[in-house]
Amino acid sequence: MELKKTGMAGTLESSDILVVIEPKNSEGIDILLESVVIKQFGDQIRKIISNTLRELGINQVIVRANDKGALDCVIKARVQAAVSRATGSKECFWRVVES
Amino acid sequence: MYVPGNNPGLLKDAHIYGADALMFDLEDSVSLQEKDTARFLVFNALLSIDYEGTETVVRVNSLETPYGRDDFEAIVRAKPDTIRLPKTEEAEEVKEADLLIGEIEGKAGIELGTIKLMAALESARGIVNAYDIATASPRLVALALGAEDFVADIKTSRSSEGCELLFARSQVLIAARAARLFALDTVFSDLKDQAAFAREVEYIKQLGFDGKSVLHPRQVETVHRIYTPTRTEIEQARRIITAMQEAEQKGAGVISLDQQMIDKPIVERAQRVLALAEATGMNKEDGGR
Repeated sequence: MELKKTGMAGTLESSDILVVIEPKNSEGIDILLESVVIKQFGDQIRKIISNTLRELGINQVIVRANDKGALDCVIKARVQAAVSRATGSKECFWRVVES
Repeated sequence: MYVPGNNPGLLKDAHIYGADALMFDLEDSVSLQEKDTARFLVFNALLSIDYEGTETVVRVNSLETPYGRDDFEAIVRAKPDTIRLPKTEEAEEVKEADLLIGEIEGKAGIELGTIKLMAALESARGIVNAYDIATASPRLVALALGAEDFVADIKTSRSSEGCELLFARSQVLIAARAARLFALDTVFSDLKDQAAFAREVEYIKQLGFDGKSVLHPRQVETVHRIYTPTRTEIEQARRIITAMQEAEQKGAGVISLDQQMIDKPIVERAQRVLALAEATGMNKEDGGR
């Protein structure tokens, strides 16, 4: 999947995470993370963000994320939604998620 | 119990309040700008959060909106127990949803017929077509009344007595019963007035509804309390069933208890009381709580 523009999803409410995804010219996933629980869960949050992006075939991207204590499934949902908004992809997305 | 689909804080522990079913909403409680993000959120929540046996329902957007088809594509793959069709007016809408779900079940490797349907009737046309809607698909398990849109459609507003809803409630109930579906009543919006809420639950239980949609955890206990049979009712139901079994063993054609004849409707009512008692944990040898 190709990122066509910046995509954003989520909020700064408690239990949520705001995720902004920008296309990058070079290979790699750069994650700039702020979190209320960064000491305890920073590595875990980065891992979920990276894994979700790789599942979607996104490997050239800058991610800015501000976490307010989101569950793993919320992080995943917000990354997927931001990617969906950045790619304009719809139906095919669910099949990618499924596989 | 309704759970807004775009609120992560509510999605994660909605099941702890004891509601029999959670209805994740992608429709009216989600703004047009966030339809897509709510869809991703509910999809992932259903796939990963353990709701500990609580039934899961998702209210999708109508297939007539730009969001409906994407909702179905996502939600069917997340396998909730039931999808709720909002603002259903024609049997064709149910048939269309049935076909689409079947198509997605096929693509996703889900056994055909896994996802059930509930149709919400929220307009004069929906109420008029209640029985056709109720019999439109074998996936249907329930009919529900959506009162807020309905009263707007018939050009009135909701009152505490609910006279404006009597025909619609009766129509939904009779259509559901005729089609052997569950009948579910609409929400009560004034969260502060618990006494009026309790009166309405008593009323819809007496009409024959199987349950009521609720908006807030504090409403759950009231519905359960009113729907839970009393010890006296359970004891009487057990006696009726025992009398019926004894009569069957003796080959007696007529069943009597306390010098009164027990006929089929009385036995069926007793069976329903015991089923409710079972569902609420009351059907124990010591008489429950």
